[in-house]
Amino acid sequence: MSDSRDADGSDDARASRDARDDERHDGEQAARLRRIDDAFTKAIPYNAWLGLQTVEAGAKGEGRIVLRLPFRAELVGNPVTGVLHGGPITAAMDAACGASVFLALREPLRIATLDLRIDYLRGATPGVDLFCRAECVRITKQVAFARGTTDQGDLDDPLAVVAATFMVFRDQGSVLAEGMKRS
Amino acid sequence: MSEFLTVLAEAKRVRDPSGIAHAVPYLRAMGIETHLEGDELVCTMRFSEPLIGNFAIRALHGGTLGALLESAAATTLLWRALLDAPSMDDLVIPRVVSVTVDYLRTGRAVDTHARAIVTSAGRRVARVRAEAWQDDRDRPVAAAQASFLAG
Repeated sequence: MSDSRDADGSDDARASRDARDDERHDGEQAARLRRIDDAFTKAIPYNAWLGLQTVEAGAKGEGRIVLRLPFRAELVGNPVTGVLHGGPITAAMDAACGASVFLALREPLRIATLDLRIDYLRGATPGVDLFCRAECVRITKQVAFARGTTDQGDLDDPLAVVAATFMVFRDQGSVLAEGMKRS
Repeated sequence: MSEFLTVLAEAKRVRDPSGIAHAVPYLRAMGIETHLEGDELVCTMRFSEPLIGNFAIRALHGGTLGALLESAAATTLLWRALLDAPSMDDLVIPRVVSVTVDYLRTGRAVDTHARAIVTSAGRRVARVRAEAWQDDRDRPVAAAQASFLAG
């Protein structure tokens, strides 16, 4: 807690300045989220085709992201039950895990998925959006490790869990570098 | 009988699985087709721009290869279940339990094919290995191991 006093010392003035700081902070957060969303989802054709949206990103270096995969009829794999195909879920989780690694890196390097395992705990409820949550758990010199879960809004009722590993190319910059350099 | 089951019954009658991919919304949207080569079912994912994951090196998104491999595994099992089922009422559509994908080479911006081998099929669980290739069948771009519930 700060001991410093505002110029006029009044609680009202301090409260209003705190509110302005909060607003500026919120504005910066929103701008950063927009830059991350532009780099990961809009600039990558297949992520854009899936309709992925970045809804949350960890602080710089934290390596954590949440992507929304909006439900749409084109992604259905079982026309009898209306349950989503596993493909778009795997692809969205690959994207989320990759993004979590990218956010954890100190500099924007090229990465590529080595392997990915997905366990489907239950079928996705038709008509409901999916949330793809991923976290980079470790980065070594050449390999990064990520974990993730997919749910439909209730964290306690995941429909898939994922473990993925990525190759990190220390000598190659990422194509996302331009859009991401300030994030 | 649902529209999809009608498509499956017709595919079985004419011994040609190519109608199946058209009846699955995701496969149709992805440009994934199914056809027989001898007794083997092959899935082909026609290249299109939305499948790109890295625009600098024009590489396929890894997720599209995972999706193709899972599709090959699932349709191979479904085709087998369809041929084995005495009637359409006996048919159980296999449900995927887990998939592990190994990315072996960069997927280039061309058509990609995949096939699957059923390595074990019990009464309840089936295990499948799938591989995807582009121009050269002996140089796979990705491979997968998947488990399905079939009962």
